[in-house]
Amino acid sequence: MSQTVHSSGEHQPDENRRDFLTLATTAVGAVGVGCALLPFVDSMNPSKDVLALASVEVNLANIPVGQAIKVMWRGKPVFIRHRTEREINEAEDVALNELVDPQTDDARVEKKEWLVVVGVCTHLGCIPMGTATGETRGDYDGWYCPCHGSHYDTSGRIRRGPAPLNLVVPEYEFLTDTSVRIG
Amino acid sequence: MSAPQWNNKVVKWVDDRLPVISMLHHSAYEYPTPKNLSYMWNFGSLAGFVLVTMILTGIFLVMNYTPHTDMAFESVERIMRDVNYGWLIRYIHMNGASMFFIVVFIHIFRGLYYGSYKAPREMLWWIGILILLAMMATAFMGYVLPWGQMSFWGATVITNLFSAFPIIGDPLVTWLWGGFSVDNPTLNRFFSLHYLMPFVILGLVVLHVWALHTVRSNNPTGVEIKTPADAIPFHPYYTIKDLYGMGVFLIFFSVFVFFAPDFLGHPDNYIPANPLVTPPHIVPEWYFLPFYAILRSIDFTIFGIPAKLLGVLAMFASIVILFVIPWLDTSKVRSSKFRPVYKWFFWLFVIDTFILGYCGAKAPDDYFLGIPGLKVIVMGQLSTLYYFAHFLVVMPLVGKMERTKPLPASISESVLKEGANA
Repeated sequence: MSQTVHSSGEHQPDENRRDFLTLATTAVGAVGVGCALLPFVDSMNPSKDVLALASVEVNLANIPVGQAIKVMWRGKPVFIRHRTEREINEAEDVALNELVDPQTDDARVEKKEWLVVVGVCTHLGCIPMGTATGETRGDYDGWYCPCHGSHYDTSGRIRRGPAPLNLVVPEYEFLTDTSVRIG
Repeated sequence: MSAPQWNNKVVKWVDDRLPVISMLHHSAYEYPTPKNLSYMWNFGSLAGFVLVTMILTGIFLVMNYTPHTDMAFESVERIMRDVNYGWLIRYIHMNGASMFFIVVFIHIFRGLYYGSYKAPREMLWWIGILILLAMMATAFMGYVLPWGQMSFWGATVITNLFSAFPIIGDPLVTWLWGGFSVDNPTLNRFFSLHYLMPFVILGLVVLHVWALHTVRSNNPTGVEIKTPADAIPFHPYYTIKDLYGMGVFLIFFSVFVFFAPDFLGHPDNYIPANPLVTPPHIVPEWYFLPFYAILRSIDFTIFGIPAKLLGVLAMFASIVILFVIPWLDTSKVRSSKFRPVYKWFFWLFVIDTFILGYCGAKAPDDYFLGIPGLKVIVMGQLSTLYYFAHFLVVMPLVGKMERTKPLPASISESVLKEGANA
């Protein structure tokens, strides 16, 4: 700004007022544009019909001890394993300091014989193998992810490989002894 | 340069009101071009040609494609079997993506070798990198559309990369998906964006050419045009040279389209997407392999940053670093022709990117080229190290220490000297 403008008492308030008006107008405009963008950004979030499909009920009566099933929940598989006595002991006997993502088996199940976990590897989202009979279950008798080699144990906890976290335990509750609602 | 005088009255009438004809004349006819451009300078116009080819074939594919998880795969199969020449249009589009990357990668390596990123061409270079990024996004989303196994699992793995970011990661991934997994909403938005992006690229190309015509083309000597004797008009000299190159390129392109249309693809993508079964070996398309190798080679933690996040950052950094090379390269000489030391590092860098590509294609626990004891993951880590060292260490240091060869006084002089030696 030149010296003449500063020395002239008449112009200075005008300049300040104009700067303020420009800034205020720009700010209000920016907030307006932001508000106008919000519905578009939010339209890309899960819609109501997607959210409505967010829970499923599963009948467990047909799963014999030692076997597991896959059910679809929110477009991804959930593993439900009817664990054997040996598998339960194996999961409970691990010392917490041996775990990458320390969690007791107790904290991960509602009923000891039923393990319910989201069947998505916490590394980059592949489906670990080990649910169907005959598939490799990895070095810790749980699941093995073929994409980048993560091993999970009989509680679905990460034991070795690049995955950072245990298989996620979804929200679920037992409706009866043999049926469960996930979500 | 004065505006040309038009004899045709209609042309003159239009041009007086909107000087679009003068502009085209100026930029595609009389544009003064260095007279020593080699065939390495063909790849820019070739990239433009492939872009137009992709947009045209894409528009015709959309006429028969259905963006729905239940029908996408079958609609693509219908294009292949029932739509007249559908197989041809799809194979051109499919292989065109690969051709686009081949041409653009050569174009980028050309720029690196001849120092085309240096002042005053930084903006030109930046816009080029933005085009590359836009191309990658477009190619990735396009690959998802046929809804085969690789489409689905590629989309799953790549979108999951964003979950590596702390706090915002998971909501961000849900937002990208529009659900809790890659599903119909994801397919729909990828289709929408895949249609949009080529036009964004087209806009960037206009800016790229604008910047080019402002700072003028670089050339094999890296010496600027100094007198009119250094330049020749773009038409007919380079229009004809570009057309010749296009002919050669079309032969190459056609070999793939007609004789090996699936050579560059992955057979698993002819299996319909199945959210319950992951293919045992997920690999991206060949043009992403070097970046995929960089992503995977980070399997360790630094300063408490988890390996997964670090890998993602390294992968993004491998492209973002290109933005700053105009300042990382300290050499006053543009062209590697006159840089006896840097030239070798350049070729080492080219080889390095090929090694990264190879590592990206193999499982981490395989042996590199079958050499016992040398795991792919280790080789990938070494090549990743060199990739970044090339920009962060070699470029600044060699530029300072190297004794460059004498530059020719002008483009003309170098042309005459080479002519005399021939």
